[in-house]
Amino acid sequence: MRNVLLFIRRYRTFFAFLILQGVALWFLFNYNRFHRAKFLGVANEVTGIINSQYNKVEDYFTLREENKRVNRLNDSLLNLLPSHYGRRDTSVLAVQDSVPYDTLDHYRRYFSRPATVVYNTVNSQKNYIQLNRGANQGIKDNMAVLGSDGSAVGVVVNVSPNFSQAMSLLHVQHKVNASLKKSGNFGTVEWDGKDPRYLTLRGIPQSAAVDKGDTVLTSTYSFNFPPGHMVGFIDEVIKDKSTNFYVLKIRTAANFFNLQQVHIIENVERDEQWKLMQETKNKIEQGKKAPK
Amino acid sequence: MSDLLRNIIRFAVFILVQVYILNKMPHLHRFITPYIYFLFILWLPFSISRFGLLVIGFVTGLTLDYFTMTPGLHAAACTLIAYVRPFVINVLTPKDSAEFNYREPSPKAMQWTPYSVYVFVLTLLHHGYMVFLEWLDVGNFLDFIIKVIATTGISLLLIFMVELLFPRQLKFRTNTA
Repeated sequence: MRNVLLFIRRYRTFFAFLILQGVALWFLFNYNRFHRAKFLGVANEVTGIINSQYNKVEDYFTLREENKRVNRLNDSLLNLLPSHYGRRDTSVLAVQDSVPYDTLDHYRRYFSRPATVVYNTVNSQKNYIQLNRGANQGIKDNMAVLGSDGSAVGVVVNVSPNFSQAMSLLHVQHKVNASLKKSGNFGTVEWDGKDPRYLTLRGIPQSAAVDKGDTVLTSTYSFNFPPGHMVGFIDEVIKDKSTNFYVLKIRTAANFFNLQQVHIIENVERDEQWKLMQETKNKIEQGKKAPK
Repeated sequence: MSDLLRNIIRFAVFILVQVYILNKMPHLHRFITPYIYFLFILWLPFSISRFGLLVIGFVTGLTLDYFTMTPGLHAAACTLIAYVRPFVINVLTPKDSAEFNYREPSPKAMQWTPYSVYVFVLTLLHHGYMVFLEWLDVGNFLDFIIKVIATTGISLLLIFMVELLFPRQLKFRTNTA
């Protein structure tokens, strides 16, 4: 303290100079319209720059909340998506007493719920994604998982009361039905377990027109995924000599390295579809066994 | 006449001349306003303390500011030259001169050349700083330089005219005083 006082005393002329200059400049900027405007302009500029920098930093702290908000909004929009609805054809309904009518009544085929990824890997051969919703929140096996941009990510394979485990597309046993956006040809997407950036699409006949960069969508034939969601883009076209099919290397649309917010999509009618398929199988097979 | 009284009269005269003659005069050019009031600060006695010099400079500038309705503009410039004045005098006068006996800076006390340099440096500082504050931006650098140099030239002309026309009757500083 004493040194500070000595310092001030030693340079008191200089400090007096600074103070008087300060007072003079204060007068100047306070009482002169032009100077005031000029000063405020510069001050605005400076504080504007600082504010925008601060805002950039502050944004990071609200990013998580913002992500959740956006994901909720996306989810409500996904639930409104026309492709998540179907139309029951009632025109041939044979009901004796009522007039046959064609209704425009849409019914819901897919239902979406927001979820957050709590665990995710990309570096194993069998990658799973853990989500923060489970049986208590209505999650069941075989529900599809879409990324925050609507791209296909995986399928729920196991459910606990509050968490669910989804099999990522990056799983060597995972097969998803997919189709080309351009021609509608469908095939199966699988992963060779090597590079988490690329998937393989098989089953597209070589008669189909295929180009690098073409979009691959989830197909209408999938029981799990709603149709028309992005799986990826064709990165490399390989003609398989031994068969008549292409082997297409696909760059994934979803970024599996930073999955955070996802949507879990429920196919409302999956049980019915699945049951019908099993029953058909049983029926035909029993029909075969039955002696004619 | 005591130093105090003499300087009070000088202060009044310089401010009045500056406000009612030089500022009222039609401008020679858009760049040039003659300034002379700060000669008051240049003429203050050697013996005055540096702190006192600062305060006097500030008050001088502020007084003029209230006449010209630009609070702070001349005060800032005057405070600057009041702060710099002792350094310039120290550099320009011989340290151990026995003949350094006059009370205040003048051609007689300092010789013509050092006195001219002293006046020139402080005038340039005053005008440079003032013009900079007035425009608050160097803007067109050529305009800025021209304005500073032209104003400085006119002021120097005025100052030397004053020196020649009104030679001050200087007293020696005596040990008994």
